[in-house]
Amino acid sequence: MVFALLPKKSPNRDGGEVEIEKDLRVEDMEATPSGQDGPVLVSRENRQTVGVGTVENPRMTCRNVDIYYGDNHAIKNVSLDIGRNEVIAMIGPSGCGKSTFLRCLNRMNDTIEGCRITGEITLDGINIYDPKIDVVPLRAQVGMVFQKPNPFPKSIYDNIAYGPKIHGLKGSKSALDEIVETSLKKAGLWNEVKDRLDKPGTGLSGGQQQRLCIARTIAVNPEVILMDEPCSALDPIATAVIEDLIDELREQYTIVIVTHSMQQASRVSQRTAYFHLGDLIEIGPTEVIFTNPRHELTQDYITGRFG
Amino acid sequence: MNKDDSKANKKVEKRTIDIVHQGLAKRYRAEGRFKFYGLAAIVMSLLCLAILFISIVGNGYKAFRQTYVELEVFFDPAILDHENLSAANYSGLVKSTLRKMFPEVKGRSEKRELYKLVSPGAAFQLRKMVLKDPEIIGRSISVWVPADDDVDMLIKGYFSTDAAENARRLSDKQLAWIEQLREQGKVKKKFNTTFFTAGDSREPELAGIWGAAVGSFFALLVTLLLSFPIGVAAAVYLEEFAPKNRWTDLIEVNINNLAAVPSIVFGLLGLAVFLNFFGFPRSAPLVGGMVLSLMTLPIIIIASRAALQSVPPSIREGALGVGASKMQMVVHHVLPLALPGMLTGTIIGMARALGETAPLLMIGMVAFIVDIPRGFTDPATVLPVQIYLWADSPERAFVERTSAAIMVLLAFLMLMNAAAIVLRKKFEKRW
Ligand SMILES: Nc1ncnc2c1ncn2[C@@H]1O[C@H](COP(=O)(O)OP(=O)(O)OP(=O)(O)O)[C@@H](O)[C@H]1O
Ligand SMILES: [Mg+2]
Repeated sequence: MVFALLPKKSPNRDGGEVEIEKDLRVEDMEATPSGQDGPVLVSRENRQTVGVGTVENPRMTCRNVDIYYGDNHAIKNVSLDIGRNEVIAMIGPSGCGKSTFLRCLNRMNDTIEGCRITGEITLDGINIYDPKIDVVPLRAQVGMVFQKPNPFPKSIYDNIAYGPKIHGLKGSKSALDEIVETSLKKAGLWNEVKDRLDKPGTGLSGGQQQRLCIARTIAVNPEVILMDEPCSALDPIATAVIEDLIDELREQYTIVIVTHSMQQASRVSQRTAYFHLGDLIEIGPTEVIFTNPRHELTQDYITGRFG
Repeated sequence: MNKDDSKANKKVEKRTIDIVHQGLAKRYRAEGRFKFYGLAAIVMSLLCLAILFISIVGNGYKAFRQTYVELEVFFDPAILDHENLSAANYSGLVKSTLRKMFPEVKGRSEKRELYKLVSPGAAFQLRKMVLKDPEIIGRSISVWVPADDDVDMLIKGYFSTDAAENARRLSDKQLAWIEQLREQGKVKKKFNTTFFTAGDSREPELAGIWGAAVGSFFALLVTLLLSFPIGVAAAVYLEEFAPKNRWTDLIEVNINNLAAVPSIVFGLLGLAVFLNFFGFPRSAPLVGGMVLSLMTLPIIIIASRAALQSVPPSIREGALGVGASKMQMVVHHVLPLALPGMLTGTIIGMARALGETAPLLMIGMVAFIVDIPRGFTDPATVLPVQIYLWADSPERAFVERTSAAIMVLLAFLMLMNAAAIVLRKKFEKRW
């Protein structure tokens, strides 16, 4: 697995311009993994899911889910389970449909014009796409941290207090204050903003906004939390705080996290799902995916071949 | 050979930054040109505006002062002898006072000329004084009464005395009397309160803008109360709740068409529907406001929809993501963000409504109305119609009043715009 990039500068004797010759040689494209004792890899052409997607006593199940944006088939026949008290990571190259899949777990895709979904997704055995299902309690139960931080253009305090307020979780002012404080503390933002809770949330830095959105989501105590790259703008210390939070939340709740950091996936998740161009390529226990992938595409990705 | 080589090398070594530097001057020139064009456009428009203002103010500022004549009135019990004081002969009182001031005037026609020096409003003024305090009967009081508009024009210098006597509005005798009064210090220009407190009148010196201003206020209030809530509600429904299908497309196209419909058509509609079908009163600010709201509604709807569209979808997602219902999302997050834009659209619509005459002509708000309207159903006229009516009047004194009325209208407009800016600032500051 060696990329050879050999730029050559040819001296230009005839007064012409310098030519840079690229010699891109990719060696042993078709080779099996370095550990020759491992099982034979599933070839790249095979787009069937490898690994067991089901778990015992799942919190959410997805069966034969297809998602289309107009004519664009963004998710193709994905089936997987999300277990109780587990963290499941979704990885895959940019544009493979991780966000799309995540967003349909709490019906956020309803808001997108032309987005169509088929198949079945259940939460505690109830089909969430049933026309009788009310999305408001669903979204209170299945919270979401979006890929782009989107604080409300209100004060930091109101950002956090909004969810508890509309759900009527806490009546008194002091109880609300407490929720705001604990949520911000859990998201590792309290020390930075405790003196300016009345300042607009949009005035924070990108990473602070991201943590504010995490705090906003956990303030309503959702039972399933969908996190779309929650640490993409965070420094290692803030990332560690969030990862600790995820670990802590896992004891009670279920978390689905999309991440581009494989170290993060291996640190926080128990199971990992690898997506590629809308297909669920491989799913399994995290250590297996990262140490012993069974699909060539997965291996390509985790070894940095592309993505 | 060596020289050649280095030349070639130089050519090769042309770095990106050199190319950037090369183009830089051109870029800045283009930028400078663009700035100049923009500045020139602004200066031009400011210049036009200044010319407009100067001509209006130059024409109109004298209307804010009015010539008054001092009369030494003896409230003669013999003349005011009437069981009903309000019906007594007050113009007789004015006439007797004038006769006393110019005892040399004899003969009917000469007397009539003398009486013409003061406005017919003088009698009303004396009546008001007597009704307020009947004790003054039998006493002698000096009173400043408005001069006739021709005298006013003379004092303000609009009147040429060079023309032949029969080609002038004032005869030689009248000019002499005025000169006499002037020498006695009995002619003075004072602030024209009548202009700001009275309704319309056939006599320029008694005509005021207040009736039209109140009419405009009532009509615009109706317009605002009808079109803002309906317009915003329609925009919110169409933008946030309505399914996107052929029907909503049709509605959208029609709203855009309505915004372009000439305003007189709305006047005809108002005439046919509000007056003839529903039988609402003619000339009333209520109906005027309703017609104007037909006209402003599409403007408000279009502006409000644009404002709603400009709210970033991520804010909506954030709200929905924590479990807000669609209604909560709209009320708590989208509307507050869109409100400044909606207000701007509303003010534009209202400003257009304030200056609108054509549709109001159709529903009879062009009538000559002396009384100040006291409610939404009283007959009234509005500022632009008043301007139109005065501009159409032959009296010289109405020329300056027309300009003064335009100034009042512009002041109204600026007040509205200022209110809009203040409101917008207030709403924007909330976050
Ligand atoms: N709102 C949308 N409308 C139309 N197509 C969309 C929309 N959002 C995503 N897509 C398409 O769906 C596919 C998957 O996008 P998605 O955002 O799920 O990728 P992703 O895996 O989250 O990528 P990234 O890691 O860059 O966030 C892409 O081809 C994208 O073009
Ligand atoms: Mg994404």
